[in-house]
Amino acid sequence: MNDMRLTERAVTQTAKITARGVQVHYGTNHALKDVDVDILDKTVTAFIGPSGCGKSTFLRCLNRMNDTVASARVTGKIEMDGQDIYDPRVDPVQLRAKVGMVFQKPNPFPKSIYDNVAYGPKIHGLARGKAELDQIVETSLKKAALWNEVKDRLSAPGTGLSGGQQQRLCIARAVATSPEVLLMDEPCSALDPIATAQVEELIDELRAQFSVVIVTHSMQQAARVSQRTAFFHLGHLVEYGETGHIFTNPTDPRTEAYITGRIG
Amino acid sequence: MNAGLLLLLLAGLGALGFLAGRARALSLVRGDARGLHSLPGYYGQTVALFAVVPAFLLLLGWLLLQPVLVERSITAMILPADIASGSSRELVMADVRRIAEGMERLVATGALNEGELAALVPQPDLLKDRLSAAGVALAAPIQPHIAEAATAWRAEMALGQGLMALSVLAVAVTGFLWSLWRVAPGFRARNVVERFIRWMLIAASSIAILTTIGIIFSLVFESWHFFQLYPARDFFLSLTWSPKFGGGSDLGIWPLLWGTLYVSFIALLVAVPVGLMAAIYLSEYATPALRAVAKPAIEVLAGIPSIVYGLFALMTVGPFLRDWFARPMGLGDSSSSVMTAGVVMGIMLIPYVSSLSDDIINAVPQSLRDGSYGLGATQSETIRQVVFPAALPGIVGAILMAASRAIGETMIVVLGAGAAARLDLNPFEAMTTVTVKIVSQLTGDTEFASPETLVAFALGLTLFVFTLGLNILALGIVRKYREQYE
Repeated sequence: MNDMRLTERAVTQTAKITARGVQVHYGTNHALKDVDVDILDKTVTAFIGPSGCGKSTFLRCLNRMNDTVASARVTGKIEMDGQDIYDPRVDPVQLRAKVGMVFQKPNPFPKSIYDNVAYGPKIHGLARGKAELDQIVETSLKKAALWNEVKDRLSAPGTGLSGGQQQRLCIARAVATSPEVLLMDEPCSALDPIATAQVEELIDELRAQFSVVIVTHSMQQAARVSQRTAFFHLGHLVEYGETGHIFTNPTDPRTEAYITGRIG
Repeated sequence: MNAGLLLLLLAGLGALGFLAGRARALSLVRGDARGLHSLPGYYGQTVALFAVVPAFLLLLGWLLLQPVLVERSITAMILPADIASGSSRELVMADVRRIAEGMERLVATGALNEGELAALVPQPDLLKDRLSAAGVALAAPIQPHIAEAATAWRAEMALGQGLMALSVLAVAVTGFLWSLWRVAPGFRARNVVERFIRWMLIAASSIAILTTIGIIFSLVFESWHFFQLYPARDFFLSLTWSPKFGGGSDLGIWPLLWGTLYVSFIALLVAVPVGLMAAIYLSEYATPALRAVAKPAIEVLAGIPSIVYGLFALMTVGPFLRDWFARPMGLGDSSSSVMTAGVVMGIMLIPYVSSLSDDIINAVPQSLRDGSYGLGATQSETIRQVVFPAALPGIVGAILMAASRAIGETMIVVLGAGAAARLDLNPFEAMTTVTVKIVSQLTGDTEFASPETLVAFALGLTLFVFTLGLNILALGIVRKYREQYE
């Protein structure tokens, strides 16, 4: 890979997740070919690339969401804090509590705003009593910059919020289980520019607590929010490095072609 | 000219109208279809529609109204003297109709011509012989006056038929010519056809509604008759059901209503949990290959006629429950019981609940499941806390539909629960339901004017109001939750 220089975008150098030789097959379709990546702690990492390039597939490997797809087969090694997450002793359900996920389309549960956020803490038994649960809900909603808008109607259905609010509710829901890594699969693709700006701002704030991995189709967004960028093409990881470096001085001709708009 | 021939003529006129309309439209623009507002076919369609549909509706209305009008005018001809003691005006009219039909048959087969028939009318005995030779057997000797009424009946029917043919054809030809005259390059035939189709669709949907209203009216009317003969207070408040055809019956609805609710309750107690769990397994856990086999297999249960379930209740479930539960527990000695009917009915309802719920659970978006898994929920947590609440309005609808079916079910109850009207809590006791009693009150040799038979309509009305209430409740629940869960 490229030299990982320290830039003005201060990042820690500790790797949170290390992936080596990851391959994914959906049935006979070889979706991801031999991917090696180090995701750094307390950093926003962006995955960019044209549709069908394998970036979402790789994201879903990091919390073993591919286990829920019957035809998917994952090989290779992914370690989080030195622990192989595909080890048979690892419970995928526990793993997903530590690696939160936000999806492309806001998908609030058909429950109240409060219950949406309290869902994760409840199933993992994170709160000892109602007061503590209330506290978790409030903190999570504040972290997701939604508290002020919904604090008076916590019992209203989460589906009644606007699209941008719904997506921030989903972020609050993911934050509530106190994950160590937050995966975001095109979190802004269903949002208008104002809601997108709010979510991007939020991502930057969340970086203080978690390592954030975001899949995006918008190169501007990748450039705005991330410190590290990985470019995927046809199932290969083409280039991975410091965001400014990828956008201004890409090493691989394919990366350059993509960011200048010649492939995609 | 009979109705079949008329229909054929109308169809021919329609086809002709289509061709004529199309040809005229094209000839008006000298074959260049671009000069027309609509495609040439639309002009043909307007002519065909206006030629056929109004005439067809007239034909339909005429066929429905004519017998009623003729009946009314002939009934007026019958004198009180023609009605023998023990008979009624309706029975005499039935004789008139049969004689008229017999005469028709005699003429049609060529056994008699019209003149010979007219000569026979003053000789009732001869007429009766000829009629029985033609296969129309009459019990009593024919009164001369009745034979005259029958002749008048035939005459009026024939007149009606002739008038009908004339007016239907007149309407068809008028429509044909008028719409053909209307064809012009600027005529918006496409929009006219569109409006016409909309009105036909409206008419089709109003038929269903009008039928429902008609059924309700007939129920209400007959129930009103019943309440003239039997006090409504006793019907709704009495706790005994013991109809005696000699008179002095107790016709309290409660034992029957209780039986209906008890059997339905047990049936739902069986069908809802089993059906729901089957649906959840099929939609969430089963592999596609297994699902492809198991879902039709469960749905086969829905295709079994309920009388077969009734036999199953009578021969297998009833004796089993009696020997293994009722007797050892000292709860009774009868193989027909509420429990038998309820359990078998529950089995019958499983596919309704499971098939509908399965579709509803499948319709819950995958994104909700992903969201839940992404937070570290297990599959059953996801189903209980996310999928099930999201599917709840639909599932409630499915359950209430099953409940309506349970309330209306008859055969299983007759064979499984018996026919004894009883108010009891013991589920191993024989009881009966409203539907069974409707059947038993209306079958058999009873006259149609006693409270014992008319009570069937009051029972039917009560049942109708009951299921209507249930459906309104279901709609209300579904609407309330749908607002909340989108």
